[in-house]
Amino acid sequence: MTIATETTQQVLEPLIYDMSVPGRMGVNLPDCDVPETPLPTELLRDDLKLPEVGELQVVRHFLKLSHLNYSIDKGFYPLGSCTMKYNPKLNEDMARLSGFALLHPQSDEAGSQGALALMYQLQEWLAEISGFEAVSLAPAAGAQGEFAGILMIRNYHLDRGDTARTKILVPNSAHGTNPATVTMAGFEVIELPSDDKGDVDLDALRTVCKEKGPEIAGMMITVPSTLGLFEAHILDVIEIVHEAGGLMYMDGANMNALMGQVKPGELGFDVMHYNLHKTFSTPHGGGGPGSGPVGVGEKLKPFLPGPIVEIVEEPTEEDYAPGYGLKMPEKSIGRMKAFFGNFGMMVRAYAYIRVYGGEGLRDVSRHAVLNANYIRAQLMDTYKVPYPRYCGHEFVLEGHFEDAEGVHALDISKRLMDFGFHPPTNYFPLIVPEALLIEPTETETKDDLDEFIEAMKQIAQEARTDPDLLHNAPHTAPVKRLDEVKAAKDLILCCAPALPDAGD
Amino acid sequence: MGYIPHTEVERQQMLAAIGVTTIEDLFEAIPATHRFPKLNLPEPMSEMEVAAEMQALSEANEHAGDFAIFRGAGAYHHFVPSVVNHILLRGEFYTAYTPYQPELSQGTLQATYEYQSMMCALTGMDAANASHYDGATSLAEAVTVAVQVGRKRNKIVLSHSINPQYREVVRTYHQGRDLQIVGDEADANLAALAELIDDQTAMVAIAYPNFFGQIEDVSALVTAAHDAGALVIFVANPLMLALFKSPGELGADIVVGDAQPLGVSMSYGGPYLGFFATRTKYVRKIAGRIIGETVDADGKKAYVMTLRPREQDIRREKASSNICTNQGLMALAASVYLALMGRNGLRKVAQLNYHKAHYAADQIDQIDGFKVLRSKPFFNEFMVKCLMPVEVVNNALIGEGIVGGYDLGKDYPHLKDHMLLCVTEMNSKEEIDALVDVLKGLAS
Ligand SMILES: Cc1ncc(COP(=O)(O)O)c(C=O)c1O
Repeated sequence: MTIATETTQQVLEPLIYDMSVPGRMGVNLPDCDVPETPLPTELLRDDLKLPEVGELQVVRHFLKLSHLNYSIDKGFYPLGSCTMKYNPKLNEDMARLSGFALLHPQSDEAGSQGALALMYQLQEWLAEISGFEAVSLAPAAGAQGEFAGILMIRNYHLDRGDTARTKILVPNSAHGTNPATVTMAGFEVIELPSDDKGDVDLDALRTVCKEKGPEIAGMMITVPSTLGLFEAHILDVIEIVHEAGGLMYMDGANMNALMGQVKPGELGFDVMHYNLHKTFSTPHGGGGPGSGPVGVGEKLKPFLPGPIVEIVEEPTEEDYAPGYGLKMPEKSIGRMKAFFGNFGMMVRAYAYIRVYGGEGLRDVSRHAVLNANYIRAQLMDTYKVPYPRYCGHEFVLEGHFEDAEGVHALDISKRLMDFGFHPPTNYFPLIVPEALLIEPTETETKDDLDEFIEAMKQIAQEARTDPDLLHNAPHTAPVKRLDEVKAAKDLILCCAPALPDAGD
Repeated sequence: MGYIPHTEVERQQMLAAIGVTTIEDLFEAIPATHRFPKLNLPEPMSEMEVAAEMQALSEANEHAGDFAIFRGAGAYHHFVPSVVNHILLRGEFYTAYTPYQPELSQGTLQATYEYQSMMCALTGMDAANASHYDGATSLAEAVTVAVQVGRKRNKIVLSHSINPQYREVVRTYHQGRDLQIVGDEADANLAALAELIDDQTAMVAIAYPNFFGQIEDVSALVTAAHDAGALVIFVANPLMLALFKSPGELGADIVVGDAQPLGVSMSYGGPYLGFFATRTKYVRKIAGRIIGETVDADGKKAYVMTLRPREQDIRREKASSNICTNQGLMALAASVYLALMGRNGLRKVAQLNYHKAHYAADQIDQIDGFKVLRSKPFFNEFMVKCLMPVEVVNNALIGEGIVGGYDLGKDYPHLKDHMLLCVTEMNSKEEIDALVDVLKGLAS
């Protein structure tokens, strides 16, 4: 670090280690109420480089940090593919009921009937929403759901003695987790091109299936696609892959467009993951946790990751509550994580589905799609919108202009921050130049959308009249653009006083 | 209704702007044969009805609000200061996404950087990531790193005393890869592990403490692994690290585990917090988000996700893991928890665990028919050999409002009738004495 930066360097909020004063403590702990046992001194460490801070100082520290964040509770967050809808407060209260929050996962089944009943219901409801036979709640996030799904496909083929199927088809518009999942499961990716309408290139699909049919284990596809489009030939795609002997995986990250509109299981999909942290309103937590249940048709049911909840005792006349138990499916691919999935997220999703009911969820998707099409219609004359058709719950536009050279999607995104908005998703999907993927969700009012539309229009003007306003944006965020190259070069990943060789 | 704010007037205005007459027109691309299926779900309910139904469901569980808990085995009932929950409930934190836009995410980024730092302090490592799904998947991801570091090496040695569910997850994760996972037969022992290590061994994983609560002497094994060029992975309980030697001091190359004991509620098994710490030389090979320090255009210190080219959204099929969403909010919980506890508080909590567990063990040892296995030092969990099936013991305990120990016979047939008891700072002397009284009653 040079002297110049050192003297100009300011901080937004000191690090917790910088606030440390020896002898301070932020918690009141009880005295030991049992006779003490001598500690095995030869096994003990002699340092512990944790900070020492008082309770109020800790509260203020994290409160100040919270103020540096943008969030759904603060404003419009049209981050495409992420479904940043309102996270109902009721859900948070439900997850914190002591009967849920303080339940030990190794509790006996007899002592967890409430939790198991909730999980059973959620399995059934998710299956109904997507038209599947069975659901496992085990996966911890969307990517883990994908992994579970592709492992199921793998085991399905192996179980039939078919060892030649080593490849999975993935469209080039796919989210990065799709190809990464394929590799993790030990398969090879065959990337499929998209046609000029944004759909899977059917001819290319037919050709690969003809040439490599016996090697194809299946296909992963997102519906609506990552471009926000309902695949125009989805039934053909499914039929072609099935005829080649492959199974169909649906990435269900975009289910917010589909509830009550179509059931993927009925279209012919064999397996799909749900993102409870998108469609079913569980919060994103600044990165997680999520929950990525998987639904399957009859073929893959025995392979589900476990354990799943089943009825182990039918209700009787005296006791009309059934008995629930945890079971490992017959040919299960195994456990995805310890215990049964991210239970706290299941509680929230249960509350959400209960509030809406079936017609309500249909209404959720209707309004998600209405909001997206409304913004799209209003911005179509200002920005290049690559695919001239109605979108699902999100749509992509190109964040560049012929007469404003040097202005990029990223500049538009950063400038949006000055207007009080979170930017859309940048540079994804990869097949659209300067992509801005916009997903408003159903919980935003027309007024909020109008403000965003106005901001987008004004920015398009500024791009021509005052491009530096965009290049230097954001102007009002807590920090300016960051030096990401320096971060990767210097690789400072840990406060110095925490390091093993730091002096006391 | 629900959380949709639209009025009929607004809907009509929006439809007109789009140029359609009904919302249904927007779904024309869906095959007509499959459009608009009925969803057979229960009728919608008001907020108060939902709350009442879920309250009733929650009360149908034997939870730590009503019962004394002496069960651990991978999930622990610890004290969580009020501040933790209040910070987690800040909408600014929990309703934010992954910090892709660092200008609007400095709060999440700095809190995560602090979390990484405090995990380094505990583990004795010099780099940590922003989290994995849980301890089990952290271990599975460590296998991937070791295989990459070891290039063509494909042998993975696991101690049998690692949590059985963690070992199952390792096998789930790596079933599509050509790996040899060995060493963890139910009745294996640590000394025998050293003999399995050869020049094809990518890593050796051991638990600290082990699943039986014991602190094993692993020095010979660590040396053997390093001599053979294999990595050493510790699966650690982070609370124990407040008192006991850090895995870094003991020669670990990677330390993984679940940080649920640090401020995260039991919540029937999740969401928890998989931590992953390592030495800087391996950091470019690890999976997951990593937060680094940098400056903004004005030279102001700030934080950002770094080493991004390792990740799935950039490397796609060449990424070493597909992880995207992690357990970010739980890392915030641990950050707040560790900041509150600090150096002295965390030590004190760990000491309370140690003393109470040893007090309980001493009392139980005096009962005929129950024998505490004490061949090795332990932290807050220990094995008790019972004269009767563990189920019988636990049924007696539950009647007295006590959730007893974990039945080890389920995973280790030779440990039939062995119970794994866990005692934490949450168990008062009265609770421990009540447990001991029930066991005495069973013995007589
Ligand atoms: C289309 C799509 N697929 C998969 C994922 C991965 O889901 P998760 O982040 O929950 O692992 C995402 C979200 O990031 C996504 O947008």
